[in-house]
Amino acid sequence: MANLETTADISLPQLSLYRRGTNVLVTLMAASAVILVLLPLGAVFGYLIYKGIGSINLAFLTQTPKPVGEAGGGMANAIAGSALILLIASCIGVPVGIGGGIYLAEYGRNRFGNLIRFTADVLNGVPSIIVGIVAYGLVVLTQGHFSALAGGVALAIMMVPTITRATEEMLLLVPNTVREAALGLGVSRWRTTLSITLRTATSGIITGVMLAFARAAGETAPLLFTAFGNQYWNWNTSQPTAALPLQIFTYAISPFDEWHRQAWAGALILIVLIVLAVSAVRVAASRGMLKGAN
Amino acid sequence: MGNYALGAPRLPGPQPVDKSKVTDISRAQTGPLIQSGSSRLADRAFYFAILACGLCVLALVGLIIFELVTKSSLSWHAFGWKFFFQSDWDPVNDQYGALPFVYGTIVSSILALVLAVPLAVGVAVFITEMSPRWLRVPLAFTTELLAAIPSVIYGLWAIFVLVPLLREYVEPWLARYFGWSGLFEGAPYGIGMLAAGIILAIMVVPIISSITREVMTAVPQQQREAVLALGATRWEMIRTGVLRNARAGIMGGVILGLGRALGETMAVTMVIGNRPEIARSLFAPGYTMASVIANEFSEATGDLYLSALVEVGLALFIVTILVNMAAQLLVWTVTRGTPARANG
Repeated sequence: MANLETTADISLPQLSLYRRGTNVLVTLMAASAVILVLLPLGAVFGYLIYKGIGSINLAFLTQTPKPVGEAGGGMANAIAGSALILLIASCIGVPVGIGGGIYLAEYGRNRFGNLIRFTADVLNGVPSIIVGIVAYGLVVLTQGHFSALAGGVALAIMMVPTITRATEEMLLLVPNTVREAALGLGVSRWRTTLSITLRTATSGIITGVMLAFARAAGETAPLLFTAFGNQYWNWNTSQPTAALPLQIFTYAISPFDEWHRQAWAGALILIVLIVLAVSAVRVAASRGMLKGAN
Repeated sequence: MGNYALGAPRLPGPQPVDKSKVTDISRAQTGPLIQSGSSRLADRAFYFAILACGLCVLALVGLIIFELVTKSSLSWHAFGWKFFFQSDWDPVNDQYGALPFVYGTIVSSILALVLAVPLAVGVAVFITEMSPRWLRVPLAFTTELLAAIPSVIYGLWAIFVLVPLLREYVEPWLARYFGWSGLFEGAPYGIGMLAAGIILAIMVVPIISSITREVMTAVPQQQREAVLALGATRWEMIRTGVLRNARAGIMGGVILGLGRALGETMAVTMVIGNRPEIARSLFAPGYTMASVIANEFSEATGDLYLSALVEVGLALFIVTILVNMAAQLLVWTVTRGTPARANG
């Protein structure tokens, strides 16, 4: 808003001191609000790096946790467990989410579509701990024990609404003339949707999927009584599995200094993975075809 | 879009959709060109597959309600409405009352909003109306980064940085100067309701400010120009031209933030103290509905214990759903055609 300054200059002499003062005061207040909000952000990242970086070494990335009192050990099994749980979650959540998004964008311009749209937004706001209860009832009670599968189902439920809405938004950005061109050439509708519309919006949809993925990667509450955690390696989807956020939680509330140190290191690894994913996506989105579609 | 986009950083997420471009494409399909048998069959199959995915979203919400209602019926039949008005939580004697959790959830969320709303609106006003153009996108990006930090990391940071800070400096200071209000009494442990409120505030600021930014951007540029042309200062323009038009949407953002604060689990569990007590002082430890589920669910022995915990979950679910629906409707009234996202 570059023209604001010139406007203010012209009218300055007629303005009362009170009005000018208020204007400056509010500007200062807004600026200090920004600083106050950025302060904790800086503090969180600063402490993560300061406390975490010293504890990250090869052992941390390759070993399983040692018993209390023994130095060393690592979170390798938790990192692997998180990967396993996220893989399961993505296998379930991504196709369903994208499918739902296609429905809303291509067939959902009606009341039923609005209902699903609204439900997706509502589902997005359901507290993650509730999703944990549902996955517990659905998978853990059926299987009879905690498992990686239950954790994956819980995270998948968290991913679906985000991906659905993101896919819909991106598909709606594809100009209708593109669809009409394909249909006009005699291409069937499903083919048009999959090979033309979806293809055009790919980078945007990947953005949405990655954001949902990043959010799921940091979720702890739904894993507490689904994946449950594990001190050892586990690749069996029907056994309790360690996860990075769970391990950070357990270590953070423990009374041992050594575990606190490892919690910081684990948190640093987790945040680096998430920030990398999110920024990669942001960069891709700002350079990609999203710009053209706008 | 034209003028709409002037004040808005281009971010992935809800974008205004030009309604005129979205014509009804179902009409394009009915021509004789593409009526060959196999592709019609394939079209049908594709439609039903896609519809099934859409129905999954509905089914998930149905499933959540079904699970919560059936699993909590035992506790509901044992205690009825009394469950929410009794304050003794005693698993040993199978006596369950959820009042301390309801109280803790409400107080911590309100505290968070009191701290977060002025900051979030300030940030949104600064980014959309005041900041130099080159600073806009980086600022929007960094505030949104706050939302990307997992809750467990906020909790970790709060335990080792925020809590000692409160215990050593902030709480003694509050007790000395504001102790008379009764809100800041007792031993300053650091851990307690105040710590939970502060960490929640940090977590909901990005949600409120991103929705506020979105609805402020949706206010037409002509509105701003008109108010300025009448000789208003920049703040008067923001107040009468922008904030007043966007207030329903901002309210929606605040309520979305409330929904997030009510359901937030990990960070709160790590700093609130986890003691089912009702105390006036914000220094005292408390307990929230989400925390009690997080702490006790996997250790709950006995059907009634488990059922009581699920009932706490059901109550939390109903409240957050109502809060989110209200917020959604408010935001939709302002940004028609650009639906808001709750936690994105």
